Amino acid sequence: MAKAVAPKSVRTIADLRADFPTLAGKMSGKPVAYLDTGASAQKPQAVIDAMKDVMESHYANIHRGLYEFSQTTTTEYEAVRAKVAGFIGAGSENEVIFTRNTTEAINLVAHSWGRRVLERGDDVIITEMEHHANIVPWQLVCGMTGAKLKVVPVNDDGTLNIAAFEHMVTEKTKIVSFVHISNSLGTINPAKKIVEICKAKNPNVTVLIDGSQSAVHGPVNVQDLGCDFFAFTGHKLYGPTGVGVLWAKAEILEQMPPYQGGGDMIEQVTFAKTTFKEAPAKFEAGTPAIVEVIGLGAAIDYVQGIGMDVIAAHEKSLFEYAMKELAAIPGLTYYGTGPDKAGIISFRADWGHPSDIGMILDQCGVAVRTGHHCCQPLMQRFGVEATVRASLGLYSDENDIDALVDGLHKARSLLG
Amino acid sequence: MPERTLEELAESFALFSDWEERYRYLIDLGARLPPMDDALKVEEHLVRGCTSKVWLVPSIQNGVFHFMADSDAQIVRGLVYLLMVAFQDKPVDYVRTYDIRGAFERLGLHQHLSPNRRNGFFAMVEKIRALAGAV
Repeated sequence: MAKAVAPKSVRTIADLRADFPTLAGKMSGKPVAYLDTGASAQKPQAVIDAMKDVMESHYANIHRGLYEFSQTTTTEYEAVRAKVAGFIGAGSENEVIFTRNTTEAINLVAHSWGRRVLERGDDVIITEMEHHANIVPWQLVCGMTGAKLKVVPVNDDGTLNIAAFEHMVTEKTKIVSFVHISNSLGTINPAKKIVEICKAKNPNVTVLIDGSQSAVHGPVNVQDLGCDFFAFTGHKLYGPTGVGVLWAKAEILEQMPPYQGGGDMIEQVTFAKTTFKEAPAKFEAGTPAIVEVIGLGAAIDYVQGIGMDVIAAHEKSLFEYAMKELAAIPGLTYYGTGPDKAGIISFRADWGHPSDIGMILDQCGVAVRTGHHCCQPLMQRFGVEATVRASLGLYSDENDIDALVDGLHKARSLLG
Repeated sequence: MPERTLEELAESFALFSDWEERYRYLIDLGARLPPMDDALKVEEHLVRGCTSKVWLVPSIQNGVFHFMADSDAQIVRGLVYLLMVAFQDKPVDYVRTYDIRGAFERLGLHQHLSPNRRNGFFAMVEKIRALAGAV
């Protein structure tokens, strides 16, 4: 039996698990085996403490007050922008915009950049494996502008038909938006190659990468990827809910009109005319999620302390362990069987409905996701309505996998 | 349809020492659900739920509530059976005022009535209660 590699030699997986208070808890009276990190990650004490600290010691609104609390909080908040820039290899912290989540980041691009550049007859290209968050905003904007939405198909093994990008990108294509790692299949898309193909075909195309699952899985460098936009969310990165990030190239941000109006984003307001601040302030109307942004900073410190490459290696070896152990369960069909996979395992059983399996696993203390994973078109492509999805995080260990396998044996005996 | 009451069923459930026996029994009850004509298992009878499909065809005649229902998941089918025990051919007033949540708590199955948008069974109970005039 292969043992999964523990992140960093100095910190064992048991050490890391101790950083997450919820993992010591129970679910349905059993020790929790949390295998739903792809939906939202548990939070390390460092993140909880950072958020508590700002609220307990020097909380104030940012960017406005001349007093010490406000200045300290502003400094901490803005320091996270630089931290994010470093984390994803951005050229400048001014290219980092805080949003509510990935969904809002994509909507921002669709409604600001999309509505600026798209005209009737233009194309927006997405893929068949997109999350609804990377489908619906584009449908809305296509509806407003008369642009057409084109969809790159998914192969039977859950990989993208890369050649289709080559055919589909034309001089009419203005925007390509695709997911880096599929949340429901675990497929790691060759993002850099896809960007190269698209830009080679049409240098004017702008490319957005949905990094919800990739920014948490391993190292990301937006400049190396060559994309124009990169979006990810805090709560999947072991940080708080309510904060996400849009990164965009400075020259594009300059051309983008504001998406929402309000306080903190203006230079001068009269009833006749309003002038706006530069990016990123232009895109951050109103009081932001101050405490959550600071929490995100703590989360980035935390994962960087472990090492994103170490996290990726751990998840990879645990994924391999899981696939080996799951082979003992008869009747499973996997969705997403390509060669390059993150720690996401999506399957159905010929002996039980995903809903029944999810309910029984809950009784066993095992948290998995059951459903369409906000990817209904992808589910339709595979002819299913739902799958069971187990997803791994930096704290997942072999005990979690063993609990899943035991729970599935139990489910089969009850349902089969 | 079943003659027993949820209170009697709660006594049976109380005899089980663990969740496995409880769920096995629930699945057995689901298997006893009167079959629903496949012709009725259409889009317009679907109760919106994320994971499993639940079909519901309710009717009220002379102040009496009657329904046909089914699910493509075994545990939910068992829960539907319990609803039949509780509500089938009962006066609308009874359906409206009956404490279904309390009954499910006594069965140890209250988590299935948590207000969750992914929970088709919860949506079904809400729909039945709304039809019976409960707010």
